[in-house]
Amino acid sequence: MTDLAKLTLVESIKHIKEKKCSASELVGAYIKRIEKSDKLNCFNTKDLENAHSKAKKIDTNQKLDKTLVGAPIAVKDLFCTKGVKTTASSKILSNFIPTYESTVTEKLWNEDAILIGKLNSDEFAMGSSNETSNFGNVLNPYRLNNQNLVPGGSSGGCASAVAADLTSATIGTDTGGSIRQPAAFTGIVGLKPTYGRCSRWGIVAFASSLDQAGPMTKDVKDAALMLDVISGYDEKDSTSAKKPKSSFLNSIKSNVKGLKVGIPKEYRVDNMPKEVDDLWKEGIKILKDNGAIIKDISLPHTKYALPTYYIIAPAEASSNLARYDGVKYGFRAEGKDLTEMYENTRSKGFGTEVKRRIMIGTYVLSSGYYDAYYLKAQKVRNLIKIDFDNAYKNVDVILTPTTPTPAFKFGENVDDPIAMYLNDIFTVTANLAGLPAISLPIKYNKDGLPLALQLFGKSFDEQTLLNTAYFIEQQVNFKSQVKDWWMS
Amino acid sequence: MSINKDTIKKISKLARISVTNEETDRLEKDLNSILKFVEQLKKLNTDKITPIASVSDQLLTMSEDEVKKINEKKEILQNAPDKNTNYYIVPKVIE
Amino acid sequence: MSDKEFNYYISGETGKWEVVIGLEVHAQVSSNAKLFSSSSTKFGSEPNSQVSLIDAAMPGMLPVINKFCVEQAVRTGLGLKAKINLLSVFDRKNYFYADLPQGYQISQFKHPIVGEGEVILDMPYGTKKIGIERLHLEQDAGKSLHDQDPTKTFIDLNRSGVALMEIVSKPDLRSPEEVAEYIKKLRSIMRYLGTCDGNMEEGSLRADVNVSVRKIGSKEFGTRCEIKNVNSIKFMQQAIQYEAKRQVELLEDGKKIDQETRLFDTKNNETRQMRSKEDAHDYRYFPDPDLPPLKFEQTFVDQIKKKLPELPDDKKERLIKDYKLSNYEAGVLISDKDTSDYFEDVAKNSDVKLAINWVIGDLFAALNKIGKSIKESPISSKNLSKLIQLIKNNTISGRIAKEVFELMINDNRDPKVIVEEKGLVQESNVDELEKIIEKVLKDNSEKVAEYKSGKDKLFGFFVGSVIKESKGKANPALVNDILKKKLS
Ligand SMILES: [Mg+2]
Ligand SMILES: [Zn+2]
Repeated sequence: MTDLAKLTLVESIKHIKEKKCSASELVGAYIKRIEKSDKLNCFNTKDLENAHSKAKKIDTNQKLDKTLVGAPIAVKDLFCTKGVKTTASSKILSNFIPTYESTVTEKLWNEDAILIGKLNSDEFAMGSSNETSNFGNVLNPYRLNNQNLVPGGSSGGCASAVAADLTSATIGTDTGGSIRQPAAFTGIVGLKPTYGRCSRWGIVAFASSLDQAGPMTKDVKDAALMLDVISGYDEKDSTSAKKPKSSFLNSIKSNVKGLKVGIPKEYRVDNMPKEVDDLWKEGIKILKDNGAIIKDISLPHTKYALPTYYIIAPAEASSNLARYDGVKYGFRAEGKDLTEMYENTRSKGFGTEVKRRIMIGTYVLSSGYYDAYYLKAQKVRNLIKIDFDNAYKNVDVILTPTTPTPAFKFGENVDDPIAMYLNDIFTVTANLAGLPAISLPIKYNKDGLPLALQLFGKSFDEQTLLNTAYFIEQQVNFKSQVKDWWMS
Repeated sequence: MSINKDTIKKISKLARISVTNEETDRLEKDLNSILKFVEQLKKLNTDKITPIASVSDQLLTMSEDEVKKINEKKEILQNAPDKNTNYYIVPKVIE
Repeated sequence: MSDKEFNYYISGETGKWEVVIGLEVHAQVSSNAKLFSSSSTKFGSEPNSQVSLIDAAMPGMLPVINKFCVEQAVRTGLGLKAKINLLSVFDRKNYFYADLPQGYQISQFKHPIVGEGEVILDMPYGTKKIGIERLHLEQDAGKSLHDQDPTKTFIDLNRSGVALMEIVSKPDLRSPEEVAEYIKKLRSIMRYLGTCDGNMEEGSLRADVNVSVRKIGSKEFGTRCEIKNVNSIKFMQQAIQYEAKRQVELLEDGKKIDQETRLFDTKNNETRQMRSKEDAHDYRYFPDPDLPPLKFEQTFVDQIKKKLPELPDDKKERLIKDYKLSNYEAGVLISDKDTSDYFEDVAKNSDVKLAINWVIGDLFAALNKIGKSIKESPISSKNLSKLIQLIKNNTISGRIAKEVFELMINDNRDPKVIVEEKGLVQESNVDELEKIIEKVLKDNSEKVAEYKSGKDKLFGFFVGSVIKESKGKANPALVNDILKKKLS
């Protein structure tokens, strides 16, 4: 019998629709794995019993016509889920139970997907290794000589859960690379849609002008299907875009003939490992050999993207996180008066990295520094956007590596915030410019760790991105080598 | 520009996050290294560049002036650490 | 010195000081729903019963702007003859307070929706133009109750998120009287427009009062203090008087004024410092990334302009022109839209001179006595108009009219019905009147003799007696004529 948990999302749904298996059987297969996978620490909250009963209910349905019928899906613990604890992996929200459902998760359940739990992440999505979570590290299913590796971050729990077949697909959030970098580290597909493509309503905010929800899946078709479901205009989010869309999955085409692919020279950074450089060349070759037109392009302000990001994101975060004050919900530490209660609550409720970013954000917005930092960053952000506008006059997509290195060991970068921030060096530009980008696993390095390439698309042109990624995926034929070592 | 301990105190006050002396030392080091990193931007001349707060070209959409769902007080107060049937409760405000 | 000359100065030991005042008026938009959420703005509801997830700053909640509030800000701007900005931006004003659930207030800082305008005041010493600096939209905060418990503060978020227009004047005001006139005029303009009900008891209109003093003739402004949130005209005036005196005393003692925020203690009738310099606010304004800029076309403004009602200044001009009213009379009428509407309704079918006298004389006095506004007047404009017609066509005398008026105050009946029912129709039949007059002259033959011997003053006595004899119904003009003939 097929191992149901190994099926892709598209295959699982086909199984259910064709009655090759029941929703209960599919959910059961995942639950069986989840129950043996605590060592990975992917879940902040499991919702297995409810998942079981919802699957049973679906099995009694006459029609199994919903798009995600019976698919067991865990989501990043940043999406508010009605009646299910939502913590943002922070102590300050450790007991928060929303009375409402985020727009994007609502869309999943409306299509008969089944919530099986909430996935670990960096605290408030601030991190690149999942080491800042209040609920402990998430392990990458891939190891280096039996040593544990980080899954990447901030959607680390999502990435490991998909790679370890603990969820049939998931949605994460990407503010500076938080979907794509962990996807790259765990050998899965991660798509950050265009800013405004998916509603932010009901997602714990980190940096509002950069945050975007997106799919993390076993393959490209799954990503297209998930995007079909979660995208769309939402009148509750003023930054949500009124763009027409058809089905990304149904429109997917495996063809790159005549596709103009830009290769930005600024992404060839110092100290880039040879294996990453080779990977990039391989990607270029595949596209070229199949009729794509390769063009060298320049995105001259690329090196200013990270500094820009580390002004804008903390500035917005310092304001977005002001609501966590021990009054309306969440953790409270007492104090003799209101101010002391605030200071104690926020000091004990937030972790080190979150506090660091709130402090930096507060500083760059404070009187006397606003122009030098925040306003300056807003201007450079425009320059970065203009870089892409110019590039897209000549190319359809842009190809780069997703990350400068494969997954690393725990503790490797924790003492040096800048070293950690460099993880996002190839991914942040998409957030600053609001563009869609996808990370696609390509191959394994000599140590058996996944390596990934990234494609940037034009604004609201996720389709070309998906088409190109789908084509490459078929060429490279990347197969999971996860060995279930953590299971007892 | 660099941040000293007094500035850390001032920011922590503004951000309502109390810091111990030990944390202040650590923060002084980290924040200065982050500031040094972001100050690369100073090299760039941006005199004629328009600052952008967001990349979206969305116009602000507006809603009608209709009172919609009125939330149950219970629902609103449900997660509050301290409350009674009508109010959120906080320690006394001292001006 | 004539009392028609401006003369509000503080006399100190070193000479006379001029008081310079600027106001930041907070006017609640008369909307059904809040500025960024769809919860109700109704006054006096149960605590925390009008709070949406957005107003309570639940994680992931996003603001969506209420179109009506935008329109009212534009309408008010047009009423202030101000520049309407087709592009404005919402900013976050960051600070912590128990009744500010988001940890920031959404306001407009650098780019307000309305720019410079003006308000004209009618002062005894002539008209005075007060400059308007700007008008912007912002959210109200909730309410903190400090007196319910000795160690706790209670929070009610019903007001949290209610739409306010902050109207900032230039420092053009020079006395408590001008401030009172300014507030009244502003309130009247907004009531004409229907944009704010101006109800100060319910907090729909309050002001921050900026006060500084300078020596007469000095061109430079002194250091100002801001007295926060004063909610009645009387308190504003008292606060200014106290504050100006305090500042003069300090300056004359050779001390300096600290620019600071103060509050007005209504019990002790004094202003007090609110917070120390040390925790002076640094609001860290920055554009709210949840809200794209507010842009509209000139046609949007033009459409609103087309539907604008007649405003107090125009109405005054028209009343003077059409009804030949005095400046004073027109001024009294237009200070309140309901009053001028009422007047026009009365005057339409009766007599202008009588109408103005009855409205600002008898009716005002009567309403004052029973504590009702003109809108609640027990006498409808239609019935007052009828009463005046009865005087005009000699059906009743002015004296009888007063009697009928008193009766109408109790039940607002048609004056015709009252007059008929009580048989109060004026006696204008010459034969009947002659009979009464002859009786009176016969009864007072000695007085007739005295009159004829030159005591002219007695004429009034005869008139009075005749009217009395007729139970008030005798037509006084006819009585006069007949008496004159008979006594000559
Ligand atoms: Mg003010
Ligand atoms: Zn204000």
